[in-house]
Amino acid sequence: MAHLNISNVTLSFGGLKALSNVDMKIEPGLITSIIGPNGAGKTSMLNCISGFYHPTKGDIFYKEKKLTHASPHQVSNMGISRAFQNLELFSGLSVLDNLLLARHQNLKYNFFQAVLFYGKASRVESENRAFVEGIIDFMELEPYRKSLVGNLSYGVQKKVEVARALTLAPDILLLDEPMAGMNQEEKEDIVRFVMDIQKERGITVVLVEHDLGVVMDISDQIYVLDFGEVIGSGTPEEVAQDPKVIEAYIGED
Amino acid sequence: MSKNDHLLEYSIPQLLRWRVNSTPKRPALREKDFGIWNTYTWESYYDHVRKTALGLKTIGLKKGDTIAIISDNIPELLFTAIGAHAIGAISAGIYQTSMPAEIAQIIQYLKVSVVFCDNQEQVDKVLDVRDQIPNVKKVIFEDPRGMREYMSDDWFIDIQDIYKLGDQEHSQAPNIFETLVDQGKPDDPCHLCLTSGTTGLPKGTIMTHKNYINMGMRITEVDHLEPTDEYVSFLPFAWIGEQMNSFGVAMATGITINFPESVETAMSDLKEIGPHFMFGAPRIYETIRSEIWLKIDQSYWLNKIFYNYFIKVGLEAAKYKMTGKSLPLGLKIKSWVGTQMVLRPLINQIGLLRLRRAYTGGAALGPELFTFYQAIGVNLKQIYGQTEITGIAYMHRDGDVRPETVGKPLPGTECKIADDGEILSRSASVSPGYYDLPEKSEELLEGGWLHSGDAGFIDENGHLVVIDRLSDVMHNNKEEMFSPMFLENALKFSPYIKEAVIYGDKEDFVACLVNIDPIVVGKWAEDRGISFTTYMDLSGRPEVAQLMMEQVLDVNSRAEKKHFKIKRFALLYKLLDVDDGELTKTGKIRRKFVQERYQNLYNSLYDEKMNEKEVEASFQYQDGQSTKVKTIIKFYTVKGAREI
Repeated sequence: MAHLNISNVTLSFGGLKALSNVDMKIEPGLITSIIGPNGAGKTSMLNCISGFYHPTKGDIFYKEKKLTHASPHQVSNMGISRAFQNLELFSGLSVLDNLLLARHQNLKYNFFQAVLFYGKASRVESENRAFVEGIIDFMELEPYRKSLVGNLSYGVQKKVEVARALTLAPDILLLDEPMAGMNQEEKEDIVRFVMDIQKERGITVVLVEHDLGVVMDISDQIYVLDFGEVIGSGTPEEVAQDPKVIEAYIGED
Repeated sequence: MSKNDHLLEYSIPQLLRWRVNSTPKRPALREKDFGIWNTYTWESYYDHVRKTALGLKTIGLKKGDTIAIISDNIPELLFTAIGAHAIGAISAGIYQTSMPAEIAQIIQYLKVSVVFCDNQEQVDKVLDVRDQIPNVKKVIFEDPRGMREYMSDDWFIDIQDIYKLGDQEHSQAPNIFETLVDQGKPDDPCHLCLTSGTTGLPKGTIMTHKNYINMGMRITEVDHLEPTDEYVSFLPFAWIGEQMNSFGVAMATGITINFPESVETAMSDLKEIGPHFMFGAPRIYETIRSEIWLKIDQSYWLNKIFYNYFIKVGLEAAKYKMTGKSLPLGLKIKSWVGTQMVLRPLINQIGLLRLRRAYTGGAALGPELFTFYQAIGVNLKQIYGQTEITGIAYMHRDGDVRPETVGKPLPGTECKIADDGEILSRSASVSPGYYDLPEKSEELLEGGWLHSGDAGFIDENGHLVVIDRLSDVMHNNKEEMFSPMFLENALKFSPYIKEAVIYGDKEDFVACLVNIDPIVVGKWAEDRGISFTTYMDLSGRPEVAQLMMEQVLDVNSRAEKKHFKIKRFALLYKLLDVDDGELTKTGKIRRKFVQERYQNLYNSLYDEKMNEKEVEASFQYQDGQSTKVKTIIKFYTVKGAREI
């Protein structure tokens, strides 16, 4: 049984079909990439999974649960978190605060405990901090712990964005173009992080990425979208030889 | 005899045991991890050393074997090194920035049988040259991150597994460790310290337990340290300065060593700890000074007015303080106000407020920097010595800091100047020689004196003045002597100049190549609306050339002798770099190499008709690709320099 089962999903905006009859199976513990030209529907697919859009037709199942019509916070509570292409961070807060805040749903104590910062409140807060510190260590963000996010370079902000998604301790991590706008060295760094996320933390990764070299190198499974339809899927080798995929990328001669 | 002289009868592990018996619960080491400072007491320090020692023994490390350490500063590095010492093995530090080929050469030369690496980055380098180092039995790693692919290969072993093996061994034979420690003798070799290699492949200097412990004790005879004092460990372990502190000073005095969270956070961790003393190469002090300068420049006008006024007062007061004279009343009052209002808060911002003493060594620091640090209230002093004498032979005393000298000999150190001007010294900290290089060792210790290779003289106050490397001192074609390093330091005092290379050996005049400081000059250009793209572009701006001309004129105006004046200079299109082999790992210029590499620029510097020249520069991008760019280098002639 696949981890995430997307069957026959169609997403329309009026007459425009962003996705039509898309079937995908995301297997646990693997890196699954979604690739395709601009406007192919990659981000729309992620939006459907993470609850920002709801499919017009079709269903999305996560394990046994149906999340076709779930809201973003419900999806995130189920264990699916997402790092956005356009950074969704509080630029006026420090890296640490951004990460701590992302775990607000794990902070469950009452008003009085909070005022006195006693008992459960202090315990939960320090557990929370310990967890976040683990992520900071994992993503090598120590030098920036107390820096305001807005003052950091784009490459570092991207890392913080991925870290923010990781603080939710997800089962599935959706990464929307984590390498866009990065230089070669930063890209190599992120690739290493993505692989470590999968191998060392055992998280299932869904990757939307334009850099085909990276995708071919690290993916276990690839889906190719074009004009909202899946035109090819399989292992990197299979996809690279698929004539339809080649045509979508290079065009007809 | 001081009351602590009995410490000289111990080996390093024995002294550690002595510390455990006298102050078991005091903090010995502290490491920042997951945002929290974690403490190791002397007791747990010793426990870890025992585990590591017995673990190393189990994997086959024997008395006399060598273990190489390639690691950032972490407590495990000391556990491994002292653990190895405990079983009679010898540790050796390799710089973390070394390339695989270099690592292979060093491992072959030192006949290393086990390597300790802190993370995958270093492990990969060793793995790269695996076929060249058949003698290496095991590679120990500390951080398992990214090592999953290597787990199946039993060439690699996690430090945690070493601990487990050590614990097993200890439970089977509880006395074996103490017996092994008892066998150590103070005169046994314990570490091989690589010389900086200004002149070629580094040499492994044999260091004994006594070398380090004696050094730790002698320093504290000059500048007393309390067991409650804090030290932040950020120098590379392969450098003698760091070993001197962790093996020598810490063991002899019981201070706490603090390990930063990562190399990048060292400066902010320093702020959190507020150390009581620190050691550093001149580069660190130059960087801190540039940072202060930059931050003041970015500050608002009121701050600037106060700073600019009180720094002048501070500089004036520093002249009195450094020579131990008392200040006139007016200056005393102004200086007190300045200290309270501006300078104390300023050094608190950098984390140096609790600092009683800061030492600089490894290379010379410009005299102006001493006065600057003394002015802001940091007691910066020069030390002078070599790896072969465990780092220090001479140092300044409080109230007797003369920027142009390196101070007086350490207690227990005999010093003299040879007939050819070479500085010679003799003490219990002098190394027995180089590893496997009997001829070089003999040269080094000829006649029972340590030959430094530096030229110097003793001034009228009994202070040593170091001129330069004996081999680096230059003479112009009128046989007038000058020291390139001295002039380079004078230039480098300017915040705009990062690096300078002086020429003039057997020439008519002194000329130099200058590296602008990209950050400070970048800011300067920004403030004036001068647009630029790369370092090369910025270096080529006529405005920047004008700025450099002012700096050179300033240095010339202060030149003590006419032939010290710089007559021609050019701005180099790239920063001198360790990776390109232009600097040593400790930041010294590899003079010969630099001259050969920029031979065409050198020729043009001494061809006064030449005003500009097109050169081809090769660039390496971050992704490893390189490209060639053509650029025009201009040569400038300074007015007022001596005409011949």
